Amino acid sequence: MAECHPVGFQWVMEAKLRGAKVIHIDPRFTRTSAMADMHVPLRAGSDIAFLGGIINYILEHEKYFRDYVVSYTNAATVISEQFQDTDDLDGLFSGYDPETATYDTSTWTYAGHEGEGHGSVDGGEHEVSERDRGAGHELGNRGANLADPLVQRDETLQHPRCVLQVLKRHYARYTPQLVEEVCGVSEAQFLQVCEDVTANSGRDRTTAWVYSVGWTQHTVGTQYIRGAAIIQLLLGNMGRPGGGILALRGHASIQGSTDIPTLFNLLPGYLPMPKAGIHDSFQDYLGAISSPGQKGFWTKADTYVTSFFKAWWGEAATAENDWGFEWMPRINGDHGTYQTVMDMLDDKVEGYFLLGQNPAVGSAQGRMQRLGMSHLKWLVVRDLNMIESASFWKDAPEIATGELSTEDIETEVFFFPAASHVEKEGTFTQTQRMLQWRHKAVEPPGDARSELHFFFHLGRMLRERLAGSALERDQGLLHLTWDYPTSGPHEDPSGDAVLREINGYHLTGDKAGQLLDGFADMKADGSTSGGCWIYSGVYAGGVNRAANRVPWTEQGSWIAPDWGWAWPMNRRVLYNRASADPDGRPWSERKALVWWDEDAGRWTGHDVPDFPLTKAPSYRPQEGTSGPEGLAGDDPFIMQADGKGWLYAPAGLADGPMPAHYEPHESPVRNPLYNQQANPTRKVYRRKDNPSHPSVLEQGHQVFPYVFTTYRLTEHHTAGGMSRWLPNLSELQPEFFCEVSPELARERDLQHLGYATIVTARTAIEARVLVTDRVVPLRLGDQVVHQIGLPYHWGVGGDAVVSGDSANDLFELSLDPNVLIQECKAATCDIVPGRRPTGPALLRFVEDYTTRAGITIETGNTLLTPPPEGRP
Amino acid sequence: MSNSFFGPLPDPAADAGWGGEDRQPRKGFFTDTSICIGCKACEVACKEWNAVPADGMNFLGSSYDNSGALGASTWRHVKFIEQPKTLGTQDAGIAGTAVGPPASDVLNRAADSALTGDRSSLGTSNTVDLGMPLTTLPGQADGAQRTEFRWLMESDVCKHCTHAGCLDVCPTGSLFRTEFGTVVVQDDICNGCGYCVPACPFGVIDRRVGEKGVTKNEGIAQKCTLCYDRLGEGLTPACAQACPTQSIQFGDLDELRERAAARVEALHERGVPEARLYGEDPHDGVGGTGAFFLLLDEPEVYGLPPDPIVTTRDLPRMWRTAGLAALAMLAGAVAAFGTGR
Repeated sequence: MAECHPVGFQWVMEAKLRGAKVIHIDPRFTRTSAMADMHVPLRAGSDIAFLGGIINYILEHEKYFRDYVVSYTNAATVISEQFQDTDDLDGLFSGYDPETATYDTSTWTYAGHEGEGHGSVDGGEHEVSERDRGAGHELGNRGANLADPLVQRDETLQHPRCVLQVLKRHYARYTPQLVEEVCGVSEAQFLQVCEDVTANSGRDRTTAWVYSVGWTQHTVGTQYIRGAAIIQLLLGNMGRPGGGILALRGHASIQGSTDIPTLFNLLPGYLPMPKAGIHDSFQDYLGAISSPGQKGFWTKADTYVTSFFKAWWGEAATAENDWGFEWMPRINGDHGTYQTVMDMLDDKVEGYFLLGQNPAVGSAQGRMQRLGMSHLKWLVVRDLNMIESASFWKDAPEIATGELSTEDIETEVFFFPAASHVEKEGTFTQTQRMLQWRHKAVEPPGDARSELHFFFHLGRMLRERLAGSALERDQGLLHLTWDYPTSGPHEDPSGDAVLREINGYHLTGDKAGQLLDGFADMKADGSTSGGCWIYSGVYAGGVNRAANRVPWTEQGSWIAPDWGWAWPMNRRVLYNRASADPDGRPWSERKALVWWDEDAGRWTGHDVPDFPLTKAPSYRPQEGTSGPEGLAGDDPFIMQADGKGWLYAPAGLADGPMPAHYEPHESPVRNPLYNQQANPTRKVYRRKDNPSHPSVLEQGHQVFPYVFTTYRLTEHHTAGGMSRWLPNLSELQPEFFCEVSPELARERDLQHLGYATIVTARTAIEARVLVTDRVVPLRLGDQVVHQIGLPYHWGVGGDAVVSGDSANDLFELSLDPNVLIQECKAATCDIVPGRRPTGPALLRFVEDYTTRAGITIETGNTLLTPPPEGRP
Repeated sequence: MSNSFFGPLPDPAADAGWGGEDRQPRKGFFTDTSICIGCKACEVACKEWNAVPADGMNFLGSSYDNSGALGASTWRHVKFIEQPKTLGTQDAGIAGTAVGPPASDVLNRAADSALTGDRSSLGTSNTVDLGMPLTTLPGQADGAQRTEFRWLMESDVCKHCTHAGCLDVCPTGSLFRTEFGTVVVQDDICNGCGYCVPACPFGVIDRRVGEKGVTKNEGIAQKCTLCYDRLGEGLTPACAQACPTQSIQFGDLDELRERAAARVEALHERGVPEARLYGEDPHDGVGGTGAFFLLLDEPEVYGLPPDPIVTTRDLPRMWRTAGLAALAMLAGAVAAFGTGR
């Protein structure tokens, strides 16, 4: 966090000044470790074993927050007797289909819910199809839906199939000894972490878990976060001040780019993108978002969707045409970034827009990225600088090796200089879901323009070209409300008008033309609009609340509601009903956040209560009541189908209802827990240009004996577009380097300040050597695992102040099955002293490795690990 | 005036002649290294505000430091010190975890080859600045297991001494004492004579190396001005403004000294007995510094002189001695001529 989020880290330092204990769990000793009370070096890719070990410790020593767990989580819920766990099936959950490498998840459901479709994200869709469109993204602000909120509960937590008992059995083997064997963390240190975390949780104290994007970049990345969620729910650290799981994003406003998404499979506010053949009618589509019988606020999805369509198509959206549903494009599979790259290579994609993104350097499998772009007819790059993705046609590494030649590349590249964040108005949404408005400080120089300017005028010109078209496919574009006011010599569209449209308006009645006060104002009858329901309220009362900037010291409230605006409805802590006990009293005075005011008959407190305001703690719904009225007075998780926090996820995940430890796609370590080596549902691409290393069960894996991981340094920003062109930043970290332990340096004769070549089946790159005690080899039983650290900021090109080989070129592509994120935080490699070969000799050098390892397109891609007797 | 050159001097600005409406409380920096996260925002903010040029894309291999040292084009410099020692009550998670000798051994080999002129394995850099003491490291001899570990960071800067040697020796008046008690070079007056460079007991001030006519202020002595231009407008210096953790604190020196003393006490209570202040003592060899530090070990660990003494301390005595000698010579000459008559 200190490395990549130094400005946010000031609050960790502030907490430390007040006596907070800081524990840093990371393969390397970083600038964060230097400030921590404890640094725990663990093996990259072993986190579920670590988290599972903590869960086991909590359950075995009964350290969980019992009152919280019984009332607020699904610990008491009984699950189906059809469910079989990884211990029964040696690493698989029930329902695995080896043909498609997906789970039929219907057996994971709650008891009595068997036969309700298969418990998928959108009932009725096939699992392969769900995985390919990354359906897990839709759960960005909620749990999966359930057809029926009625569940069987045993509040004594003794029923053998209640969730708590299932968890207990599942994690019983995740002992401190096993953690040491898998993670390389000593038993003593692991137990210290367990004691610290549990001692700091309960009525009076809360613990926060903080992770960064690297945690998600694994073939089991979603399950890492689930592991932390289970710990936090067991310890009662959700919905309470000082608790939670805090995701630190890779860039400013990454939260905003999922809320108002740049993802192919989402519409604003986590509404799913309609899918061809599945969501053919408006009713099919609505039915996929929520079930009419479930509890909570997602049953109001029809109001969110209708208002959203009204924002896009205005008066053209009517009840008769289902508010324009037919104009909304459909997806028909995986159109994610990696699939698109492969489609480029297969000549299925003609054009590509890159906006503030440098995939030639910043994306895994850099070679495929660059070769893919060389197949395009046209490429638009909008960036602050002439990044490598815009200049690959003349200086890509593949030109040096002879794989590409400039004369043969037909891609026409259009480079547009972009306005920086101080040169345009708009909002950032940070990780606390807080929108913060920025005013334009200066005009952008020269031809630089904002994204808003680019897309508004592109849309305007497209609409002019298509004017009068009767083609059905053009109607959606032609009917858009595309009327933002513009100003200035360059006709800049108003960012303020966009924010108002996102907030939404009353369209009819006596309030017509007024801004909505929140999503509760939204109607399904076409009388309201709103571009993103969760953002509705940012302009409540006609005031841009994102621009609120009153320092907390002047607010008289430590939660500081008048600094920015957080969705939904300016709540700073989600699910904060859980900060009070089932009777509505704070768990403790020290940790009071919201509470039930008996006299006033309403919820009140420091934060905006995340609960129906007048619903008493004692309220119990009539059987069969759905929607917000179906929530009981002690159902704090109001976006969950049963109102409870899910220790066990009966639906919504593609690879298991609970995290199980699997090794990374490439690992030098045999999974000590199960026969199943790696995630059996991970998405792999069996292609000649995407070779994987042999798994530890295959011949030839010794050719790549070391683990490497990638990361960022404070001095640079991601692929370097914002830092490698600036001399004052570049001089602080001028060259690509690898961090190795003295032990590995000795083993491979690597010289401090010399060069090393790091090799995978994809390519070989060179880096300066930094030998440091901050990297330690880890002992796992009889095996010593060496880890190599590679910052990924540099790329090969001619325009930046500093350049160098790119660490991302080393990775192959294998993805998490829930959200299609690549595994680029743990893989295997070799390292040798000296510089790499250049020119065509580089290809021969790498080929020698792949030959020695015997690599084919099947290598490493066997998803279901054969039983021991079946192995060659 | 007493103590103009040495010893405690409560108000160096007044000593330099500032008075009346111009008088200002003495300003300074308190740099608390215990909360420095090594982000180098201070280095960048300083260069941006003061238009100090980048001065070399050199990979130094000195932990995460690639700036090297304070100099004419580096007015803030963050040091990174990796050592096999414990920091307070921290559990670095490294002791006993691994096999083999610590990095210092490998680094020594690099240093050895640098000393013997064998550059074959050292890439293109001509500098091997290890930035840390390399002797008597635990674990080095037997090479069996790792020992403890700590990573210290410190943002170094011009000390703005009460008795500033650089200022005392400046023949042009380019260096002067401001109304805030700070020491500033006027680049349009400096003639690049370089007297100030060896006069600084901390090795801070230096002449800018570059290409004549191309590099701004080439040959001119440069260093931190404590953002004199910003102070005049009531602004905080750029480095302190940019520091995310308030490791660099700016303010009235008296107040900073109180704050620092309390911080040391708090660290002592929290099991960091090594915490100490450096430069805050008006009785030290430079009369105390305007920019002082909280360190987590001996100053030598940070490459700071343990007992800095203003190089002009002996100037009055030398002048007296020289004067007496001259008088004696004169008297001798007079006597000689007198007796010879």
